[in-house]
Amino acid sequence: MSESDLDIDRRNVEKRQTFWEFELALDFMRWRKVAAWASGAAVLASILLLIFKGLSFGLDFTGGTLVEVQFPQAVDPQEVRVELQDLGYENLVVQNFGTPRDILVRVPPDVVGDEATVGDALIQQLRTVYGADVTLRRSEFVGPTVGEELREQGGLAMLAALVLVMIYILFRFSGKFAIGAVVALAHDVIIVMGAFVLFQWSFDLPSLAAVLAVIGYSLNDTIVISDRIREEFRRLRRETPLEVLNIALNKTLGRTLVTSLTTILVLAVLFIFGGQTVEGFSEALIVGVLVGTYSSIYVAANTLVALGISREDLLLPVKEGADQEGIEP
Amino acid sequence: MARSRGSSRGAVAPPGLVTLGGARSRGGAGNLNAFPLWRYIVVVVVVAVGCLYAAPNLYPPDYAVQISGRGESPTVPEHVVALAERAAVEAGFEPTRVAIEYGQAVLRFRDNETQIRAQEIIRQHLVRDGIGDDYIIALNLASTTPAWLERIGGARMNYGLDLSGGVHFLLEVDMETAVRDRLNGFEEEVRTVFRNERLRYLRPIDTRLQPPEIRIRFRDEADRDSGRSALTGRVHEFDLSTDVIDGDPALVMRLRADVVSEIEDYAISQNLISLRNRVNELGVSEPLVQRMGRNRIVIDLPGIQDSSRAKDIIGRVANLEFRLVASADHPRSEVETFPYQGRDVDLQRAVIATGDRVGNATASIDPETSMPQVNITLDGRGGERMHEATRHNIGRQMAILFRETLTRSHYEEVDGEMVLRQVPYEEQRLISVATIQAALGNRFRITGLSQNEARDLSLLLRAGALAAPMYIVEERTVGASLGEQNIRAGFLSVAIGFALVMTFMMVYYKLFGLAANIALAVNLVLLIAVMSLLGATLTLPGIAGIVLTVGMAVDANVLIFSRIREELQYRSPQAAISAGFDRAFVAILDANITTLIVAVILYAIGSGPVRGFAVTLSIGICTSLFAALMVTRALVNLMYGGRNIRQLAI
Repeated sequence: MSESDLDIDRRNVEKRQTFWEFELALDFMRWRKVAAWASGAAVLASILLLIFKGLSFGLDFTGGTLVEVQFPQAVDPQEVRVELQDLGYENLVVQNFGTPRDILVRVPPDVVGDEATVGDALIQQLRTVYGADVTLRRSEFVGPTVGEELREQGGLAMLAALVLVMIYILFRFSGKFAIGAVVALAHDVIIVMGAFVLFQWSFDLPSLAAVLAVIGYSLNDTIVISDRIREEFRRLRRETPLEVLNIALNKTLGRTLVTSLTTILVLAVLFIFGGQTVEGFSEALIVGVLVGTYSSIYVAANTLVALGISREDLLLPVKEGADQEGIEP
Repeated sequence: MARSRGSSRGAVAPPGLVTLGGARSRGGAGNLNAFPLWRYIVVVVVVAVGCLYAAPNLYPPDYAVQISGRGESPTVPEHVVALAERAAVEAGFEPTRVAIEYGQAVLRFRDNETQIRAQEIIRQHLVRDGIGDDYIIALNLASTTPAWLERIGGARMNYGLDLSGGVHFLLEVDMETAVRDRLNGFEEEVRTVFRNERLRYLRPIDTRLQPPEIRIRFRDEADRDSGRSALTGRVHEFDLSTDVIDGDPALVMRLRADVVSEIEDYAISQNLISLRNRVNELGVSEPLVQRMGRNRIVIDLPGIQDSSRAKDIIGRVANLEFRLVASADHPRSEVETFPYQGRDVDLQRAVIATGDRVGNATASIDPETSMPQVNITLDGRGGERMHEATRHNIGRQMAILFRETLTRSHYEEVDGEMVLRQVPYEEQRLISVATIQAALGNRFRITGLSQNEARDLSLLLRAGALAAPMYIVEERTVGASLGEQNIRAGFLSVAIGFALVMTFMMVYYKLFGLAANIALAVNLVLLIAVMSLLGATLTLPGIAGIVLTVGMAVDANVLIFSRIREELQYRSPQAAISAGFDRAFVAILDANITTLIVAVILYAIGSGPVRGFAVTLSIGICTSLFAALMVTRALVNLMYGGRNIRQLAI
């Protein structure tokens, strides 16, 4: 085959791939140390944020009262606050919610007396001052014990998810893959929670659902890649583990990007059109999908390298052991 | 090198189309990508059944006013239906259809506005005729699903409160008080036993809650032993053990764990019964009153906007009074008369015991006579009073009076407008009159009832007994406007997300993308069908789950297609399709099972919105597996299977 033939051949290969799916040979593993430092720094920063600044828990977890009302005209939150202070509640938070006509009032859980009636009192007061046209959008009250329980349950759920998933991977793959997947999951969860602190998003029940969905999504990615790494380890005989990882990552990259793209597409739609209630949920998931995509490439694979993954970890002892002799030089 | 030859010929093909030498695909390709007939049949049948059960969601419900009878005869008579219809028509709100469904009158109207105005008018007319409080007049969304679909179990998805608007309460039952009350009752019983048997013990008896036990100290061990043998067989709710407390020999009665949970179950069920009675007053067509966990009760009231009125009604209690039937020579000033089973019964005004003395009331069958009976347990004080009152009155009759606060509605004219007023009033009725056969203690029974009578009586006794106190620990109200907005936002997101993903798949994967899109549509139909069949409730987080499923469901197909593209470099088109599906299968299965694990955990620990999300996510995983592996494969096989193909549109 002549030189020019090869050229044509190469061009054809590139041509038949659509826009980003080139015949990829990216050396992912070359950047693994940089990635490890970057991930480590991000995780550390998130942990520091979580410890020193802390999640701003929403009503679901702190308990308290929340009332969202709509006025017939735009109102000044400061003014509403002054009107409501007459009721004698401390630490009222009054803010606009969405539009200038919508007002959100929060009352912390340490109210004296019958807490369950705080919401009614607020609405009554607003209607007295501003007329009957004030429409109630929603009103929520969560008792302090319920909030505390939910916090515990949430933490418990995340741990349970991590442990069960680890057990499953242990059976399906091997210990090293299980550790790799769980390191990647912990990485994602911590960074997403860090993002909650950084951007001052309030952490409520839908946020918790989002974080758990991130676990599901990131896991999906990690498993698909792990599956490919296992396959390539069994197929390729001469390459070093780093090369095998690179090949596996390159071969799954197209799929990784397409799936992330479609998921982010729908999440963006949800963020834009889904309304205030699911806004936090979609924000958290968008961050989660981005971090999850990165971590399935770098964190999970990197952990495998750090644990010294080798062909022997993945050989099916009976089936592959027999022909091994013939291949070894 | 067949590979390079194939590629060089591909230079003439449009970009995105892969051309390969077809020589190898000719031979065995026919059976590579062909399903046996039964697989096609499975796909067709599942899709058809899915369409069938998803179909009810295509019939938008009618805005309706539902009239149902309150109390013993729930069936609404014809003349009431006619009255309601005439009232609506006269006011200019012509119902589109009037029917009696399952004994309830359902009047359907054009739109939300008409429905609300018509409800008001109908209530006014019924109240004017003096029968307003005999019926519940509720707003309802009446199903328009064809009868044959309903007969095979088709139904629409229910909307959660965040979509329909309404009030949600979470109540906590104070179990400590429930257990403490029963323990105090047992303590009284122990005292009574010791007094009757003339046994000595050191006062006071120490009753504690953590752990639930009664500790009795004695002067010496002989006293303790006789105390123990007196109690053995009398109080089987306890485990008895001996101990030494403060140097004195003592008897420790530990309440058995199964008795504790029995007390808790009882307290909950008692509260549930009275709550259901209350909630019916609110005129909600489909209220939900349900136990949640060990000590909580959930109440969902779709359509209700006024949470303070709801709280008011829920917070009300009924009560019971045990009273003697007056003898003929009793002073008339101390007598009250109540109707009972068609006759008048005179009761003494003096009350022997009230409902808060009732610890337990159950219907059972007397093992000796095989006759139904109601067993009643009073607390210690109640038992003493019952004993006092009955021991000299054997042969006379005792009655149980049920008292309950209800509301009566009437209209007042204020500034030329009719305003609905609801005035609370007390309803009193006799639920039992029985002859005293012997001196009664704290445990006695009422016999001579039919099985239904026994059941109803025990229910009423429980509803009237003061249950363990309840507190509201969570309350959420969603206004109707926010609910409507949530529905619009939710469906818009699903539609746009769906369209974007489909467009992308078509552009990126051509014909295969079309197959994936059809599979995605099937996935959505199946998801809706399963949710409708399970009677799952659709919430906004649930819709978010569906949107996320749409985004992630294509993943399985993406995996398969990118694998096929890859395999095309080494194989013939037919072999590449087959290898692509086979090799991707393991990864798809592993990935979906792990995600399913997460979804199940979400369901197990979550409540409310999180659960809604978990339900749609897990159903979505199952349906998308079917769609990707069976439907896409079937479509691809139909397009390419068994043919001599040279290029794939992928």
